[in-house]
Amino acid sequence: MNTIATPACTLSTPLAQNGRPLVEVDGITKVFDVSAPWLNRVLERKPRLLLHAVDGVSFTIERGETLALVGESGCGKSTVARMLVGLYRPTRGRVSIDGYDLAELSGPAGQALRRRIQMIFQDPYASLNPRWKVADIIAEPIRVHRLLAGEPAIRERVGELLRHVGLASTDAARFPHQFSGGQRQRISIARALASQPEFLVCDEPTSALDVSVQAQVLNLMRELQKQDRLTYLFISHNLAVVHHVADRVGVMYLGRIVELAPKRTLFATPQHPYTRMLLDAIPDVGMTGRSRTPVAGEVPNPLNPPSGCTFHPRCPHANERCRVEQPLLQRAPGGGQAACHAVEEGRI
Amino acid sequence: MSIDAARPAPTAGAVAGSAAGSARLLAGAQAGVGAASTPLLSVERLRVEFPTRHGTLLALDEVSFAIAPGEVLGVVGESGAGKSLTGAAIIGLLEPPGRVAGGEIHLSGRRIDGLPAAAMRKIRGREIGAIFQDPLTSLNPLYTVGRQLVETIREHLPLSGAQARERAIALLNATGIPAAETRIDHYPHQFSGGMRQRVVIALALAADPKLVVADEPTTALDVSIQAQIITLLKTLCREQGTAVMLITHDMGVIAETADRVAVMYAGRIAEIGPVAELIHRPKHPYTIGLMGSIPSVIDERERLTQIDGAMPRLNAIPPGCAFNPRCPHAMPVCRERRPELIDTGSSLAACWLHDASVAGTAALGRQR
Repeated sequence: MNTIATPACTLSTPLAQNGRPLVEVDGITKVFDVSAPWLNRVLERKPRLLLHAVDGVSFTIERGETLALVGESGCGKSTVARMLVGLYRPTRGRVSIDGYDLAELSGPAGQALRRRIQMIFQDPYASLNPRWKVADIIAEPIRVHRLLAGEPAIRERVGELLRHVGLASTDAARFPHQFSGGQRQRISIARALASQPEFLVCDEPTSALDVSVQAQVLNLMRELQKQDRLTYLFISHNLAVVHHVADRVGVMYLGRIVELAPKRTLFATPQHPYTRMLLDAIPDVGMTGRSRTPVAGEVPNPLNPPSGCTFHPRCPHANERCRVEQPLLQRAPGGGQAACHAVEEGRI
Repeated sequence: MSIDAARPAPTAGAVAGSAAGSARLLAGAQAGVGAASTPLLSVERLRVEFPTRHGTLLALDEVSFAIAPGEVLGVVGESGAGKSLTGAAIIGLLEPPGRVAGGEIHLSGRRIDGLPAAAMRKIRGREIGAIFQDPLTSLNPLYTVGRQLVETIREHLPLSGAQARERAIALLNATGIPAAETRIDHYPHQFSGGMRQRVVIALALAADPKLVVADEPTTALDVSIQAQIITLLKTLCREQGTAVMLITHDMGVIAETADRVAVMYAGRIAEIGPVAELIHRPKHPYTIGLMGSIPSVIDERERLTQIDGAMPRLNAIPPGCAFNPRCPHAMPVCRERRPELIDTGSSLAACWLHDASVAGTAALGRQR
């Protein structure tokens, strides 16, 4: 695998590296209006329904670091990913990349900023246009951002990118349906790398793949991170995968981060009861014949979340305070942060 | 009886091609079932094919295994390996044009492949229960769960309507559905995903089957719910002495649930044996690669083991061992002759490395 030489016409990066984290997310909130249509609301006297998909999430990601967000379906992790690449606009809060507010910049400056952020999606069957050749799929970011002039240069670069992700340059002439799932995900990665981004948002990039293919893609992503000094936000529901790729891990529950800690701390000494429950629940090949302590209950309806700490109905340590007062992320033993009254009071 | 379990075990290294030869390992001695007991289910040299315009595709190629009463057999493999097809062939629900082209399936000594549809319908539900991946599609959205349960129970058991309803409530209670007396009159859409899968389990166990075929029962569920469902399936089947064929791609689920595991690759069983042996001392190079490629929360590795390439498609299965193009230990014989399941001491592996007659190479496989 050869490293990519910076194309001649390059994207001068005017944005100074000033020692700040590359990605700063400050209290982002996303509210979706899921009410019935106006006429139904009037006739059936239904109230407006607001879904707080993400509620006040803050974190930072250093250059070259991998932050993973884990959680069960509906916890808002994909919504966070989409706000970070600008597919959704946060209802409140701000996302800064290298000190620049993603929502404020528009025009050429906005485009220059967006070039530095790319996304890899979960389903490699749905995220590649079936009627485009691989060459056009990968060249699209190059053309959109006008990174290279002239067809021969673009063709050259597409070939380079394909080799970079472990495919052959000749694959450029083929269509997505001619590739297996793992190869398609490599094409997605090549497309994401085409604009020479610094920050990659990966939303469940291996969930649709078989384990042996997942291993190929995870190994590739790690190699690319080292070579190109990429920064990753890695979204997954699979704790084993997260344990493999992440430097730091954020655990989400019903739109909030309930625990944020360095990987080793989180897996060795989980603080929040939800994290403990998740770690206890995962089936792992290392635990043959383990008898598990099943966890009671399910994720509540996000349209009508419980009061206070949203985890309290399932929490074995909940008391009156948990039912009333919402806990905030605070320093926890071990160097991480947890949003839990019981941890704060030293009850667990 | 189809599998002659009393036959002596083959001498080490002999090609144990027939399922009968290796009854010791195939018939689940691990589950605490004596080698002399007859298996509940035995599948022998099962072949399933799909006729297409471009020729006939052989999707299952001489698959043989057995399940003892009360045993949990895990079947793992990547998509397209044939694990779901094996399950579908057993419960007689192969999608046309797929058909059983050879081999035999026996349940409690009775041959059940090729039975007429009506006879098979009597066996399904009564003797074999089925659980599928997506609980929403296995329930009828137009009927209450109670009606579906009562219908299943009365179809197979001589109970009155009231008795059947009582049994349905008891089943829902057993699967951990709170307020079963009221929930029984709810429709499937009123249940959450995890609760729906509990209803499906109740349906599968409604007529006390001896065998449950569970095809990816937890794949559509979140991790915390997954744990609940696995525990439930395990306890219920242990209580009732039901054997389970658990089909999944999740090795973690298998590790915690199964007594024995069969690893499938390109329509054949690559390795079959006790779960602890397969996970900690895999013998087939594919199993070794598969185990190494699974990230774990326990150990920390820079790189995962990588099996390059992908499983061949059905129309391009290479001659000899189907795994040979991806195998790090491939020998000339692997490209020419197909290996049968060979006794490796701990498991049965379809790999020439473990055949003593392939001189000088057996040591390679044991290095691991």
